[in-house]
Amino acid sequence: MPDTLPDLTPYRARWNRRHLLDLESLSADEIVTLLDVAQVMKEATGGCRRKISLLQGKTCANLFFENSTRTRNSFSLAAKRLGADTVEFGSSGSSVAKGETYVDTAKTIEAMGVDWVVTRHSTPGTPHLLARELDCCVLNAGDGPHEHPTQGLLDLLTIRQHRGSFEGLTVAMVGDIAHSRTARSNIWGLHKLGAHVIVCGPPTLVSERWRELGFEVAHHLDEILPRCDVLNLLRIQFERQKARPFPSVHEYAALYAMNAARMKKARKDILIMAPGPINRGVEITPEVADGPHSVILEQVNNGIAVRMAALWLLAAADDAHRGIAPNSQEPNTNISGSTS
Amino acid sequence: MTTHLIENGRLIDPRQKLDRVGRLLIIDGCVAAIDPSDGDLPADCPRIDAGGMIVAPGLVDLAAEFREPGFDEDETIHSASHAALAGGFTSVLATASTDPVVDSYGAVEYIRQKAAEARGARIHVVGCLSKGREGEQMAELGLLAGAGAVAFSDAPRSVPNDALLKRALEYCRMLGRPIIDRPEVPSLADSGVMHDGQVSLVLGLKGLPTEAEDLAVARDVRLAEATGGRLHVGPVSTMGAVDMIRRVKSRGIKVTASACPHNLSLTDHSLRSYESRFKVHPPLRSPRHVETLCGAVADGTIDALQSGHMPRSREKMMNDLDLTPFGMSSLETSLATAVTYLIETGILDWTKLIDRFSCRPAKIAGLTDAGSIAPGSVADVVLIDPGCTWRVDPQQFRSRCISSPFEGQNLTGKVMLAMVGGEIRYRQSD
Repeated sequence: MPDTLPDLTPYRARWNRRHLLDLESLSADEIVTLLDVAQVMKEATGGCRRKISLLQGKTCANLFFENSTRTRNSFSLAAKRLGADTVEFGSSGSSVAKGETYVDTAKTIEAMGVDWVVTRHSTPGTPHLLARELDCCVLNAGDGPHEHPTQGLLDLLTIRQHRGSFEGLTVAMVGDIAHSRTARSNIWGLHKLGAHVIVCGPPTLVSERWRELGFEVAHHLDEILPRCDVLNLLRIQFERQKARPFPSVHEYAALYAMNAARMKKARKDILIMAPGPINRGVEITPEVADGPHSVILEQVNNGIAVRMAALWLLAAADDAHRGIAPNSQEPNTNISGSTS
Repeated sequence: MTTHLIENGRLIDPRQKLDRVGRLLIIDGCVAAIDPSDGDLPADCPRIDAGGMIVAPGLVDLAAEFREPGFDEDETIHSASHAALAGGFTSVLATASTDPVVDSYGAVEYIRQKAAEARGARIHVVGCLSKGREGEQMAELGLLAGAGAVAFSDAPRSVPNDALLKRALEYCRMLGRPIIDRPEVPSLADSGVMHDGQVSLVLGLKGLPTEAEDLAVARDVRLAEATGGRLHVGPVSTMGAVDMIRRVKSRGIKVTASACPHNLSLTDHSLRSYESRFKVHPPLRSPRHVETLCGAVADGTIDALQSGHMPRSREKMMNDLDLTPFGMSSLETSLATAVTYLIETGILDWTKLIDRFSCRPAKIAGLTDAGSIAPGSVADVVLIDPGCTWRVDPQQFRSRCISSPFEGQNLTGKVMLAMVGGEIRYRQSD
């Protein structure tokens, strides 16, 4: 484990965005830059257990208008691991409940002197709205069914750690593609890095239009399973569905749940992923979720590294935007043993 | 006695197959003569030099939301009627997205009085088709017609009850008034915010499927056929709707349709920015629908162009897309949009444009005082500079609504003067 950070200057030169809103608009090189920095952060902090005081004095605001456990805590930890302060905001009990608009709430928080706003909201495009209205950096932590870029990145990082590269890989996203922001980030990230992407699920959850956009569409998991290197099992998002898109959960599980019987038809080295929270018995059975092919908890751990990378890169771009010179101490920044 | 001689302009009036440079004499609010000899001119007749301009009958808008009473923060009758003039519309059918709704004699009278006080464009009232605009029971259509309502509609909602629409079409045959339906099956439209297609799929936004419009048009035209009632559907935006309208027209069924210039020029790709100014209804469709719609306007399948003006205040438009209402300010940009995207691209010529924007909508609405500059007509006249390119700055709108999908764009074609009943009520320099 290194005592100092490697020189991050080359990564800074490859990145100039002040906002991370989606993966669709990023280039392959930008995605790789994020993954590379995340890997550096992870290794330098012993699996994200120690602090690097790279961004001391900066403040990260978490504006979560939807429930979240892992993403919110992951962003908080990522900011703290970088030495930044955090502000937590939830819509319940706030001025939003008194009728204040999303934008006005965000502007109020920004006025308290924050450097990043991390936002989650049920409506697609809300981070884009904030990026237009605010002066600070905006990170999308999930906008409705649109995108969840850091989830996509942590999935990509996990795959790269296991497979080394994406060229020639076949990755299937299985389940509620229609309502999945994870799918909409993974699809673009995987595609840009050279993987073959299959979207799989019933036609009511997997639009044929994905085919028009160049992706393979499948409705029978058993048919594609032998070809897959990675399965990303997506939760059925009942909370986003007005009418149930399949007859019963029982039928869905029979057709799409990854279980022990299906594992026998899969490749020996298949990776089983899930963005969480998982519905045991619906999209994945316990023996698969907890089995040797599952990398679900590694994904969670990689989430902190990815978010550290995103916060640092956006801050670097923001400093450049404001004409602030990079911190000359950076390559020798001390890594402390503290874990919070 | 007010007199004007408009000279050197290109006079276009499709109703009298007129398209030539000439002079238009206006006396006492009516068109007195085309190309009068100098000897026929009244003494000291004021002259308006229209050199390089098009002189046409004022445009007629088949549906614009005025929002007063009830939603004055969005628009008032005064602001809308002057916005209309700046866009070349001298007659506008005001649809009833108001509170209270326009389902009584008093409500019609209120709008008529306010419109008279505003001294802008002529405002014609569209009465509610159903009581309370609740889609259950027919409103007092006969009394509303007597009060001055020129058409009936539950717009911006479609008439949800099939039997009600059928009864209303039958009933209106005796009133000689058309029913205007904004076609959309609510259960299929659900809570969609944009065209249901590849772009909505990628953006994760809930789509408004084309079937929602197609099925409603199919129902509407079938009921028009069955009842013989006068039906106007619009605005339409889909290939399916065009196909349906084309087929029933070929069978001689008297149905008319309209479309909005923004639906003929912009596509759903605009929503990639997630900006609420592109959240309009009907939604901006994919390029294939736009192309088909343009063809249908060109060949006359779609009879009329309309503004689609749906004003909403800035605070209502400053929200996330799910909460933002559909809306846009378009009275002041519709003509220029059509010039830029339909004339400059060769889809329409000027004669067809004036026909779709003035003559045909006047006929559809049964307005005898609009849609022509033939001698004897009421002098609702507009002067258009066809080559003037201007940048859309909603802050300069006369409308209270400053949300425009064309904000910052350059459009060609500018209204320089608008006259209502021979009275100049708008000059570009005003």
